Amino acid sequence: MTQAPEGRPPWDAGGSEQKKPLLSVRDLVQEFVVRQAGGTRGGVVQAVSGVSFDIMPGETLGIVGETGSGKSTLARAVLQAPRPKSGSVRFREMELTRLSGSALIAARRHMQFVWQDPFGSLDPKWQVRSIVEEPLAAHRAGDRNTRRKRVDELLDLVGLDPARYAKRHPRELSGGQAQRVAIARAVALEPSLLICDEAVSSLDVLIQAQVLNLFERLRRELGLSYLFIAHDLALVKQVSDRVGVMYLGKFCEVGPGELVYKQPLHPYTKALLDSIPSTEPGAARATATLTGEPPSPISPPSGCRFRTRCPRAQDVCASEVPQPRELGPGHLVACHFPLSQPAPAGTGPAVVPQATTQATAKAQG
Amino acid sequence: MSTLQTNGTLLEVEDLRVAFAAGGREVRAVDGVSYKVDAGSTLAIIGESGSGKTVGCRAIMGLLPAGTAISGSARLRGTELIGLSDAALRKHRGSDMAMVFQDPARSLNPTMRVGAQITEAIRTHRKVSKSEAHAQAVELLRLVRIPAADRRFYEYPHQLSGGMRQRVVIAMALACRPKLLIADEATTALDVTTQAQIMELLLELQQELDMALIFISHDLGLAASYADEVVVMYAGKIVEQAPAKRLFGAGGTVKMRYTRALLDAIPHLERPAHTELPVVSGRPPDPTMLPPGCSFAPRCPSAADDCRTTAPGLIEHAQSHRWACWHPCENGGAA
Repeated sequence: MTQAPEGRPPWDAGGSEQKKPLLSVRDLVQEFVVRQAGGTRGGVVQAVSGVSFDIMPGETLGIVGETGSGKSTLARAVLQAPRPKSGSVRFREMELTRLSGSALIAARRHMQFVWQDPFGSLDPKWQVRSIVEEPLAAHRAGDRNTRRKRVDELLDLVGLDPARYAKRHPRELSGGQAQRVAIARAVALEPSLLICDEAVSSLDVLIQAQVLNLFERLRRELGLSYLFIAHDLALVKQVSDRVGVMYLGKFCEVGPGELVYKQPLHPYTKALLDSIPSTEPGAARATATLTGEPPSPISPPSGCRFRTRCPRAQDVCASEVPQPRELGPGHLVACHFPLSQPAPAGTGPAVVPQATTQATAKAQG
Repeated sequence: MSTLQTNGTLLEVEDLRVAFAAGGREVRAVDGVSYKVDAGSTLAIIGESGSGKTVGCRAIMGLLPAGTAISGSARLRGTELIGLSDAALRKHRGSDMAMVFQDPARSLNPTMRVGAQITEAIRTHRKVSKSEAHAQAVELLRLVRIPAADRRFYEYPHQLSGGMRQRVVIAMALACRPKLLIADEATTALDVTTQAQIMELLLELQQELDMALIFISHDLGLAASYADEVVVMYAGKIVEQAPAKRLFGAGGTVKMRYTRALLDAIPHLERPAHTELPVVSGRPPDPTMLPPGCSFAPRCPSAADDCRTTAPGLIEHAQSHRWACWHPCENGGAA
């Protein structure tokens, strides 16, 4: 059980000191004031509370968590839209939090976004060609003819035949095709980082697989890095080198994908993994699914934020905020009683293992 | 009427067909679908968007717009539902069968307290006093495991989380203790932990109330974990139908290439990162221009000439296992 070595930030990618990270986020905090009726201050939503991570060139960091865990807020804070309350975002050796105006726009050229709803992010009145060409025109990349050629290349890259699709409008596309157009637009300026916020969640499973393979091909061919956000754990595992698990605005566990999924250290990660329906009939049904729902981010629990739903919670969990510790190579966990240790004596009954309820028995029987 | 029924079949759908007119062309959204649901059992209907899984169930519930051509038969405890008048159907909806939809926010009235909405559902179907309905509504909130049901009764939908809202919707659907509950992507919009909670809740309620459950989903994983019987739909037709135990898990015998493709495309935890997912190219056919042979043939890796000319029928090739394919997978087709 070693503390993160001196001088190395706690959420750093293990064993890659020689390379400089593409994106380096430190102690990022984002808060929103909630107004009650009449505009009085109702409270502060602590959406992201001190998150740090690095993404190396060509690396994919996946982020999983429930609704309201702050995944999307984190992504937007990285993009500076809106700006985070405090913390640092270094991207390509530039401190984005201090950039503004044209300098920020120039920096964002290398950092592109793909959102969940492709139709919401494509102008319904524009042709596919104009949609994909827009970023090129906005950043004055080449003259009209070269831009046209580039659009054809891009559509080809994402698997859409330019002759058939360039003149269509978004409404004439299926969900998967529209998402491909959004991806073509995002990679038009050859960014070094693509931030995908639930980018394939709204797609049917067969189309989803096609788009995931496209992401994988772009990673190989263009050397893209990804910040890949999704609530589906298996999906995130499929594309990620490292995975971070978020709960109420904080990382509870970060590590290499294989390690996090095979030997989860945080009880929350374990609970998430146990909730996944398996394709084995009844076999891998959760014996202890999480009960209850995440507490309000306006008044998060003291100490460890997961303690109210945690089966291993003790007194210390309420009084002390667990600091990230490196328990394996590059595998960090913020928990007083990680799963690598035996359960503490007198474990609270916060989660009662639902040992074969009637329903479970039926599904298995 | 239940005394007449001795074989345990609750719902019997036979050769159900639903057609719309779209832009002067006929869209056959559901094209000859037949299945049975036994009392107290769980059926999963799986398919991509536009495969007809929702339309078929809405036809049974009588929730399709006027002018939709519906034919075939759907008998609930012996009562024919197709062709019933709206008024007659309304008696069955809610009391004998109920439906829960994907987005709980849209199923609830945002300006009404949730308790009032449940009370309304009870008093629509039963002649009970207001106080009696109130008591029943609180009881229903407890039934769907909502903590502090007395207090939640007076809250508005926006005060509840997505999972809680879906529980309220389920409580409303259960107001008259239906014998059949249709859940249309009821957990799709929810988080994975909440999804597991809601699915467990549905199965527990099914046991308590001896209710049959049809759940419509695009997620084969969900079907494998929770269903007794699985129906896979493609372009309005059933392409494979079997007990879940026969299809999934070790020794699973998936026969239809489409079912196999659906299974393979799901990202698995066991699969190493950055590996290519096996995919089928293309997308489902335009419902106004279905190919002459098998609808899946244009995307099928093992399509032959006969597939493109003659559509295979859904035939029971093995004990309780039907598939519609000329060249089915060997050994379940696992890679």
